Amino acid sequence: MATKASRSAARLMISPAVILLLAWMIVPLSLTLYFSTLRYNLLMPGMEEWAGFSNYYYFLTDPAFFDALRNTLVLVGGVLAITIVGGVLLAILLDQPMWGQGVVRVLVIAPFFVMPTVSALVWKNMFMNPVSGLFASLFKTLGLQPFDFLAHAPMFSIILIVSWQWLPFATLILLTAMQSLDSEQLEAAEMDGAPPLKRFWFITLPHLARAITVVILIQTIFLLSVFAEILVTTNGGPGTATTNLTYLVYAQSLLQFDVGGGSAGGVVAIVLANIVAIFLMRMIGKNLDA
Amino acid sequence: MARAVTNRRKTIATAAAWTIGFLIFFPILWTVLTSFKSEADAIASPPKFLFFDWTLENYATVQERSNYFRHFWNSVVISVGSTLIGLAIAIPAAWAMAFVPGKRTKDVLMWMLSTKMLPPVGVLVPIYLIFRDTGLLDTRTGLVIVLTLINLPIIVWMLYTYFKEIPADILEAARMDGASLRSEILYVLTPMAVPGIASTLLLNIILAWNEAFWTLNLTAAKAAPLTAFIASYSSPEGLFYAKLSAASTMAIAPILIMGWFSQKQLVRGLTFGAVK
Amino acid sequence: MGRITLDKVAKRFGDVEVIPPLDLTIEDGEFVVFVGPSGCGKSTLLRLIAGLEDVSGGQIRIDGKDATAVQPAKRGLAMVFQSYALYPHMTVRKNIAFPLRMAGLSQQEQDKKVEGAAAVLNLTNYLDRRPGQLSGGQRQRVAIGRAIVREPSAFLFDEPLSNLDAALRVGMRLEISELHNRLATTMVYVTHDQVEAMTMADKIVVLNAGRIEQVGSPLELYHRPRNTFVAGFIGSPKMNLIEGAEAAKHGVATIGIRPEHIAVSPESGTWKGKVGVSEHLGSDTFFHVLDTGLADAITVRAGGEVDLHHGDTVYLSPDAAKMHRFDTEGLRIE
Repeated sequence: MATKASRSAARLMISPAVILLLAWMIVPLSLTLYFSTLRYNLLMPGMEEWAGFSNYYYFLTDPAFFDALRNTLVLVGGVLAITIVGGVLLAILLDQPMWGQGVVRVLVIAPFFVMPTVSALVWKNMFMNPVSGLFASLFKTLGLQPFDFLAHAPMFSIILIVSWQWLPFATLILLTAMQSLDSEQLEAAEMDGAPPLKRFWFITLPHLARAITVVILIQTIFLLSVFAEILVTTNGGPGTATTNLTYLVYAQSLLQFDVGGGSAGGVVAIVLANIVAIFLMRMIGKNLDA
Repeated sequence: MARAVTNRRKTIATAAAWTIGFLIFFPILWTVLTSFKSEADAIASPPKFLFFDWTLENYATVQERSNYFRHFWNSVVISVGSTLIGLAIAIPAAWAMAFVPGKRTKDVLMWMLSTKMLPPVGVLVPIYLIFRDTGLLDTRTGLVIVLTLINLPIIVWMLYTYFKEIPADILEAARMDGASLRSEILYVLTPMAVPGIASTLLLNIILAWNEAFWTLNLTAAKAAPLTAFIASYSSPEGLFYAKLSAASTMAIAPILIMGWFSQKQLVRGLTFGAVK
Repeated sequence: MGRITLDKVAKRFGDVEVIPPLDLTIEDGEFVVFVGPSGCGKSTLLRLIAGLEDVSGGQIRIDGKDATAVQPAKRGLAMVFQSYALYPHMTVRKNIAFPLRMAGLSQQEQDKKVEGAAAVLNLTNYLDRRPGQLSGGQRQRVAIGRAIVREPSAFLFDEPLSNLDAALRVGMRLEISELHNRLATTMVYVTHDQVEAMTMADKIVVLNAGRIEQVGSPLELYHRPRNTFVAGFIGSPKMNLIEGAEAAKHGVATIGIRPEHIAVSPESGTWKGKVGVSEHLGSDTFFHVLDTGLADAITVRAGGEVDLHHGDTVYLSPDAAKMHRFDTEGLRIE
């Protein structure tokens, strides 16, 4: 279907979306690039001057950058490991015949709908607080010393909070993928003499491979930008223990008002995110033809 | 084909799933329970689960002290506003891509997706400065603009995958029947795509409601939605658990309910159709 | 009025020429069937007439007026789609009234016309249902109803019966023919089923790879196919086409003989062979005769009660007067 008239109508209909997104992409991006080459501090307005690549030099050689890079990787990797393994196991469990499957699904998916600031605060105060948190009570009941999670294992605590938020997402997608597996395939494998573990390994897991890749890529995009959870729990601390790239750039630009340095950091974050994005786009692009 | 499952196996699966489901849900349940406690009961050791004096005073206090409903209203305006504007822009675009596909349609779709991959922190500084200079900082208009733009790719994509499922024949029939482009989209496409549009709307409201990077960085007090309002409890006031819980419960309840309704569409929306 | 003239109409998709330039005239009131194997361009041709696709060259005239660049809605044509393309969210009444509503008719006029169409099509009791609640045949009638209320100058049908089961198809075939007799409006009908073409058409257009192979009345095509393609396509079971030595005997490249023009005998005849599969239809029996040395199998039609079995030897005698002859190009020789 398509006539000249409908094609020109289509171009007209698509242009608002394209123009807006184009503007949204190009204007801030070019400004970021521009600022990143300036010595520009909001506390000293009117003092902007060309700085070449020195902002990049300072940002990339700042020990905080390496901490942030490491923290970002640990956070993303940790959450991915927990949510993928947990998600696969949970999906298998939820795929079993049971009573009240719908209700369990609803319970499991719930954390995904909790806004990041709420989940961070609830975990921080009501669970991880060393005096009055639930974990402290639990430890005391067991005769153990209460543990100050956010002071002594800050990164672990944040990984735990973020994993709680993303586990439902991974589970839901893996469950959806699992339910699209033709049960006759499994039955054929059973007839061929494959025991349950082998059936999982040779049939179910390969079938899930694509969904797992999608979960990894999409979560990575979001996890690279984890912000609110850190802001309300640790403010990036103690020291730089929980400062990820996103938080570092935020701190530099809006807490230290160093626009130039923050912009340079922003460009670095964009480059890193793009590496992930390219893989994700390939995956989804392939799917478009199908 | 399904076959008979032994009751024993089903019982074990049920018990395991319910236990894990309960554990995952527990932080939310605990928050809701705590919101009905007095502050003393909230930090009682050992913790009190169901046997305490149920009270609604926290809800009253939260509203009284922090003007909860203003923030609630900000959240509603920002999430619903950005979603409706997004839909108005995305429906024509998705129509064009689904029913008049050209050589570059796929490229345009992928490019839209790529804008979603842009880490927000990469453009935080210029957006902040532009907003500061144009007076959009801490305004609902400003947030509506940003959230519309960051979620537009998701809206276009979701609508595109739904529209693709509508047979082009029917739109052609409308064209033969004398419908103008406007009538075709208004009277034929939109009503047929209502389920898809509704779930797009729902998912997008959820995403906008929970967005916590731009809402935290671009608002101070006036336009602060619930995300930012809750974040203000990270100060020592957060130690008032019962009040924190009441505020949290009110912030998540509407979205939790919407989310339960839209969980099936969520998969499609968030994976851009890669998993159905 | 509904006279449609195609003048050197061509269609290309990119570099692929789907329809090379062709000429065709459809007279007012005619029932014209486009028939051909799938992918022959018959649906594309219909969509060009409808205006759902742009022509790449040539001119389409409707009642003498150039309609090449006219929007589909303004051509005064109505179309019935293969999938029926009913609006699932509207009742039958609303579906049928949709073109009237688009034309801005008053509610009263809309109602009157819808009631009228519903009465003609036996849909009166279903007016308040939705398409999802109707059977295939009823949906088909709604689609036709939506077309007739517009009082178009011509109807376009795109394989309208292919989604119906065999029994319904025969019934709807009659209904559409009946409708044509009553309305006397031009109808252009696309199908891949040569039986539909033969039974319904005033004029058949046989298409192959975008080209018109032959235009003519059903019996013209049956008796005097212009080439081997038409010969093989029109008629059921297919005409036997024999090449090689046997054809050379007649001094041509290919001879064609229809199954119904071959006599069968267990004792004597022109050609000798063995009975392969036999299909008993009751009224007729079709034998596939093997090992004749002429072609892989020769199909023969015999009466309903012929006592021949798998493996029996039979003799076949073609009716020389009914034999078709074709040259090396596959064209008919008179």
